[in-house]
Amino acid sequence: MLSFFQQVLVVMVKDLRAELRTKEAVNASLAFALVILLMFSFAFDPLEETTREISGGLLWIVFAFAGTLVLNRSFAREQPNDCLDAMIAAPISGAALFLGKALANYVLVLAVELVALPVFGIFYGVHWTAQFPQLFMVLLLGTWALTVVGTIFSALTVNIRLREVMLPMLTYPILVPALMGAMQLTAGLVTGKPISGDSFSWLKMIVGFDVIFTAVSLVLVETVLVG
Amino acid sequence: MRDKLLFALGLAAMALLARNTLAVAGYPNEANQGAIFKIIFFHVPVAMAAMFCAAVSLIGSVMFLLTRNFKYDALAVSVTEVGLAFLAANLVTGSIWGRVIWGIWWTWDARLTSALVCWLLYAGYLMLRHAIEEPTQRATFAAVFSIFAFIDVPIVIFSIKWWRTQHPQPVFWGGGSIPAEWYITAVLNLLAMVLLGIVLTVTRLRQEEAQREIDSLRRTAHAF
Repeated sequence: MLSFFQQVLVVMVKDLRAELRTKEAVNASLAFALVILLMFSFAFDPLEETTREISGGLLWIVFAFAGTLVLNRSFAREQPNDCLDAMIAAPISGAALFLGKALANYVLVLAVELVALPVFGIFYGVHWTAQFPQLFMVLLLGTWALTVVGTIFSALTVNIRLREVMLPMLTYPILVPALMGAMQLTAGLVTGKPISGDSFSWLKMIVGFDVIFTAVSLVLVETVLVG
Repeated sequence: MRDKLLFALGLAAMALLARNTLAVAGYPNEANQGAIFKIIFFHVPVAMAAMFCAAVSLIGSVMFLLTRNFKYDALAVSVTEVGLAFLAANLVTGSIWGRVIWGIWWTWDARLTSALVCWLLYAGYLMLRHAIEEPTQRATFAAVFSIFAFIDVPIVIFSIKWWRTQHPQPVFWGGGSIPAEWYITAVLNLLAMVLLGIVLTVTRLRQEEAQREIDSLRRTAHAF
């Protein structure tokens, strides 16, 4: 019998291996991120000072859009050959299955973000290296919010009509607080200002969001998967 | 019997609304804002009615997951639809007030933004329901989403409050100086909205139950 963490690890490694062999979600997500970055350059003057101020927001919109592509595939990948039924029937808890998938998505979305970030820095003249350790922390926390909510909703929407539309429709409004916090913090950090004073409450808010939604997802995932 | 009770409740709601509308029309205009100020007698009660609806929707969703009784699912969807209508009324009345006082229909102020996010959350709930065919799955998934949405509401409200605020501070229950008579009208209007909400919810609930009965009859017919 595998322990809970071994079960999580098995699911996570399996998902990552499947994704790295085809690279379909990651490639699509990266290409999509680049296209949105290009589109933004038409919407805003990229070298304008105001664009630099809203760059935190732009960056997280790119991450949220690109991340959804990865998350959409997470459970949809299990549909051919009824793999999802087999996984649910496997002698592991729904929570382990969910956590394994969420962690695999987390790694993939973070990878896409870490590639998109320097590209963003080059195209928009943003100094993302100035406060990199703190920026990386915000990235870790914000991305976990995105993946944990995205993964549970990916399970909710896997076999319904209009899956590709429903996932972002459900995910983004729920994510508003976390995304807003991440945007506020990132906007400050890319202009070289470290997190201080008022910004700390945003950091706490994202941490709180992560904790609450991870807990609720772990409680409800069994209901979602088994019914 | 149930029909008569429902009609009686509906009539009571209408009578209260008529009484309040006449009363509000009789009040003097506010010194700075003029007649448009009176919209608050409707704006605030519909917002509170919408909040009640969200709470009942959560109860219905949790009860469904615990008991698997479709009655609770029907309650959850009915009350969510009614709540969404109340919240829409709140947004619209607020928007009209904003157009007159601020000169703009919409501003990205804290309360407006949070109300819009809540509206989108519960609209997502209804969209999710429409996308799922199988009744048990629909009820389960919708209940799960409803719980997520309800937990999100306070976080949304607090976070957006930190973000910015431009909305006028609460007039009722906020320590302002308001004639007692006005409080009574506001409270009576809240009562009217709650009664209206109950009537609409119960009517919708029956529709939902009839629909389920039709579906099950249809399935039985197909089975033969």
